[in-house]
Amino acid sequence: MGKTLAEKLLSRGAGREVSASEVILVNLDFLMGQDGTSPLAIKAFYDMGGEKVFDPSKIAMVIDHSSPSPSHGISQLHDMMRKFAKETGIILYEIGEGVCHQLLPERGHVVPGDIVIGADSHTCTYGALGAFATGVGSTDLAAAMISGKTWFKVPETISIVFKGRAGKGVFSKDMALKLASVLTADGATYKALEIKGQALENLSMDARFTISNMAIEAGAKVGLMVPDMVTIDWVKKHSVKSFVPLYPDNDAHYENEIEIDTKNLEPQVAVPHQVDNAVPISEVEGVEIQQAFLGTCTNGRLEDLEIAARILSGNRVHPDVRFIIAPASKKILTMAVKKGVFEILNDAGAVFVTPGCGPCVGTHNGIPSDGENVISTANRNFKGRMGNPEASIYLASPATVAASAIEGKITDPRKYL
Amino acid sequence: MTLKGKAYKFGDNINTDYIISGRYKFKTLNMDELAKHIMEDLDPDFYSRLNPGDFIVAGKNFGCGSSREQAPLAIKHARVGAVIAKSFARIFYRNAVNVGLMLIEADTDEISNGDELDVDPEKGVIFNKTKSIKIKFNPLPDFMLSILKNGGLVKHFKKHGGYNF
Ligand code: SF4
Repeated sequence: MGKTLAEKLLSRGAGREVSASEVILVNLDFLMGQDGTSPLAIKAFYDMGGEKVFDPSKIAMVIDHSSPSPSHGISQLHDMMRKFAKETGIILYEIGEGVCHQLLPERGHVVPGDIVIGADSHTCTYGALGAFATGVGSTDLAAAMISGKTWFKVPETISIVFKGRAGKGVFSKDMALKLASVLTADGATYKALEIKGQALENLSMDARFTISNMAIEAGAKVGLMVPDMVTIDWVKKHSVKSFVPLYPDNDAHYENEIEIDTKNLEPQVAVPHQVDNAVPISEVEGVEIQQAFLGTCTNGRLEDLEIAARILSGNRVHPDVRFIIAPASKKILTMAVKKGVFEILNDAGAVFVTPGCGPCVGTHNGIPSDGENVISTANRNFKGRMGNPEASIYLASPATVAASAIEGKITDPRKYL
Repeated sequence: MTLKGKAYKFGDNINTDYIISGRYKFKTLNMDELAKHIMEDLDPDFYSRLNPGDFIVAGKNFGCGSSREQAPLAIKHARVGAVIAKSFARIFYRNAVNVGLMLIEADTDEISNGDELDVDPEKGVIFNKTKSIKIKFNPLPDFMLSILKNGGLVKHFKKHGGYNF
């Protein structure tokens, strides 16, 4: 019987043919930790008797979650990461370089066919490149830094087919929100997703990352896409690593196949406090908002900023709304400045903060007040996610967030496009 | 190896914030202190009633939410014998094995709050003494059982110098 993309990738990593439900040890191509998880990993590394890492060029630590440091305690943890990086020679991305999940592909560390772990749940983002990329805990990262390996249970795969092309004003974020609500919060636990269909063909890599990023919101281990010319061109522009893409077999066994009608999809909004609560925008239009946030590893890319600029051009942010933008990387910020996107957004009343996670995880940079509503391009709207359990978070596309920032209430972006 | 204890039953989708609230999680790295607050928002007296070896029993998707290891660590430090659930969120599952907390994936419909259980993780059998019924489950792979027996991945690595797969 043929193999799914997940089985193909893990067979390469294991150096032998493997199939679903086997527990295997694989060689890793790249490892990552961020400032919330690296300190514990560093501690575990030394507790395990670690002296040097298996290959410093294959490990990066990123200071992105609380960056620059908002407190004394966090400064100490950042310091610990800097010292570890100096001592072991691993790559360190300093404050303001960007969100880990943007940096790994953007700086060419991940290519199709790779196996990657990150001590962060949204490591599944790079599945969009046809890489087996998944989140682990700090102890796993520590063991992998020493050995260059980790264990996996080879997952069963659910095939996801987006049928038909999305209409005007409907973006990959709307597809991702719809997918999370179809699968539900635990509908893909332990499973791999293989995401495909006509709707993906004309999506850019920026747009594809958004969908793979949110695979974890259904509990999935990876959100894989099959590499095509768009993937290959993008990777060649960003990486000097050589690579051989892998593809699923035609007779692969899928545990389940789910079709999503993209042609008739409306812009989606995930209402508080669960990601799988997505509803068509018509059901929530008019809900007043006090803060809008554009950014994160889901939607802080250049294309996202460009869409927002298109909508805000000639308009102004509503006087009762704080519109915060955190570009996903410094490179994106530079490009936004060069292309005039920064100026449009800035002049329209948006506020830029340091490239990185921004207010996504609630440690700094825009914690909402009690009773406030936030519309955000992030991937999670759990109670307390942005630092205040008394606030409510609505998730939507960059277009919907920009249109809502203009009107001060949740707004269908199609009237601005 | 047989684990013996009483069942404390919870529902579906118990997230890492219910296991240990953020109120405490960020305050201290002292796990014995954190352990005193596990499940507090769902059952304020949970820790004080718990005897060493007792089981947390739950529905599906136990441990969903963040990838932080404080959640399984706090349960382990509360000296819970094992968590028995219909399914676990996958990062929690890995983290639990890595910190040395025993997990059993089994149908928990036939287990009620307060039931006395004998659990054999190697044979894959739960004997519900209160109801006099057997529940079978797929035992963890040997590789994971050996990490658990060594008390987690840190100790396992120290002992074997690697995964010893
Ligand atoms: S942007 Fe948000 S979701 Fe993404 S890595 Fe940072 S905190 Fe996590």
